[in-house]
Amino acid sequence: MKFERIKSSAVLLPLDDVDTDQIIPARYLKTIKKDGLGKHLFADWRYSSEGDEHGDFALNQPSSKGASILIMGVNFGCGSSREHAAWALVDYGFRAVIAKSFADIFRTNALKNGLLPIAIDAETHAELVAMVAANPEAQLSVDLDDQQLVLPNGTTLTFPLDPFSKRILIEGANELDYILSFEDAISAYESEHD
Amino acid sequence: MSPRALFDKVWDAHVIAQEEGSPAILYIDLHLIHDVTSPQAFAGLRESGSKVRRPDKTVATMDHSTPTLPVTFELRDEMAWAQLDQLKANCEEFGVRLYAMDSDKRGIVHVIGPELGLTQPGLTVVCGDSHTSTHGAFGALAFGIGTSEVEHVLATQCLLQRKPKNFRVHVDGFMQPGVSSKDLILALIAKIGVNGGTGYALEYTGAAIRAMDMEQRMTVCNMSIEAGARTGMIAPDDTTFEYLSGREFAPKDDAWDAAVQKWRELVSDPEAEYDRSIDFDAANLEPMITFGTNPGMAIPITAPVPDPKENHSLIPTAALEKALAYMDVAPGKPLLGHKLDVVFLGSCANGRLSDLRQAAQFLKGRKIADNLRMLVVPGSQAVKHQAEAEGLDRIFIEAGAEWRQAGCSMCLAMNGDEVAAGEYVISTSNRNYEGRQGVGARSFLASPLTAAASAVEGVITDVRAYL
Repeated sequence: MKFERIKSSAVLLPLDDVDTDQIIPARYLKTIKKDGLGKHLFADWRYSSEGDEHGDFALNQPSSKGASILIMGVNFGCGSSREHAAWALVDYGFRAVIAKSFADIFRTNALKNGLLPIAIDAETHAELVAMVAANPEAQLSVDLDDQQLVLPNGTTLTFPLDPFSKRILIEGANELDYILSFEDAISAYESEHD
Repeated sequence: MSPRALFDKVWDAHVIAQEEGSPAILYIDLHLIHDVTSPQAFAGLRESGSKVRRPDKTVATMDHSTPTLPVTFELRDEMAWAQLDQLKANCEEFGVRLYAMDSDKRGIVHVIGPELGLTQPGLTVVCGDSHTSTHGAFGALAFGIGTSEVEHVLATQCLLQRKPKNFRVHVDGFMQPGVSSKDLILALIAKIGVNGGTGYALEYTGAAIRAMDMEQRMTVCNMSIEAGARTGMIAPDDTTFEYLSGREFAPKDDAWDAAVQKWRELVSDPEAEYDRSIDFDAANLEPMITFGTNPGMAIPITAPVPDPKENHSLIPTAALEKALAYMDVAPGKPLLGHKLDVVFLGSCANGRLSDLRQAAQFLKGRKIADNLRMLVVPGSQAVKHQAEAEGLDRIFIEAGAEWRQAGCSMCLAMNGDEVAAGEYVISTSNRNYEGRQGVGARSFLASPLTAAASAVEGVITDVRAYL
């Protein structure tokens, strides 16, 4: 999946230390497929025990429909290694998550599924949260080529991303092919160590 | 060569290639597989027409969605069964060794790896499970990976990985009676925060760590991920070698002697530098308990629950408020005497034989309180059988607890073992997230001893009152 430029409103859920059990509870991990998990995204925060949508939850706001950017707080995606968390976010329609920081395994899983983790500093984060809170329809844009995030007020900032991950995202390339290009080195290692 | 830490030694020995600006290609010695995070990886192999490169370095078991009670046809969870059947079919098709439901060697993946002697010093170990850090207790470089990475390792026996920084956790002093390695790791996570270890490989050193047996060390390493660190390591020593000696997949005879000689080199050089270091005194530790909704929200059992109005903790105030509301616990006073509905003894944190022995020793001749139910779930079938040989099952049953089959069970509550909404559970597992142990369930994490004493009293209890 190639990463295209994004222009979208954002869903605001700027909580800290949100774990992957919240992103997708374990009872939805009995699937043997990757798709169809978007409906379970944030299930226990999004629905009542009867399955009705909680009107006050961020994802259920009218302004959230169709948004492809999610704004979270510190340490997003901590806990379990379940890649189902990234699959659920992507299946729902998110293409980028903006947060103050990400958990290591989640960040890796996100990048493998075309979901861009954008880490921004606390001050900018606070400004962004205020802007989106004031105007939920406010548009943000993300340009991966230039590694630029444009905030609703026009402020443009550059976000960090390693060149390898960037290339994988832009080309929609498969990391497995990259590893396989080292076949000779892998075989040599095995014959030396077996 | 400049002085290196244990982590660097194991890392360096496994780097196959490292291009400028790209992650390293790391060779994997042991790949553990389970029911929940592998189906999509095998499907990927099938799609690309790939094989499992090294079935001999790949071992599968069933643990996450497995029932802990005998399954009747009417009660079985069709989705879970389909997933278990899929693992069986995948392992047959790709030639992977599987410890299935009927195997005596089946169990939680992080319990059976060490138990079978598969986990060894200096190996790289991965599994699609964040608690793979457990295996670091043997001086292995072990970390949890996602399902895409499971597919990469199946196909190539390699993983793309960025080198983390080094973080030494030095623990001196000796733990007081009633305090365990679970209390130590909860105290550490509370001190550095749930993201204090993010981007780091932890190494645990010091007299307190050396004094621990392997099962206690595994509890410490298991919860490294709860501080955000994908891996946590302990240098192997005689305790490690003694544990491994004679286990099914441990080297034998001359190969054993050669292995031990090599493993003795797996220590950090005295001059090794760490990116971060902290010192910890185990002698001052009290039994710990969590009060909130992540493992960093932990306090000494006699200490008051933090008050959001005067928050001096690392926990963001909004998160603290949200956690207290979810848990419905009062700030400003200790949790001692707080009501409980369920006790869970088990998991890859504390479901090993020594954990069961400790709890059983406490429960012998005692009864759990009438107001609660207690589930005892051995970490593996081997733990279960050994416990039964020692009569521990009788002690638990006579005390009023339920004795179950091995599995992850109520730790993540995807197999039907769950806590009802609003109920309080004291649990020896490693995560107290919202809904982790059942939708709306409220979890207090603690040691097996604290759980056993609380089971008897029916409320949160300081086990030291009994010592």
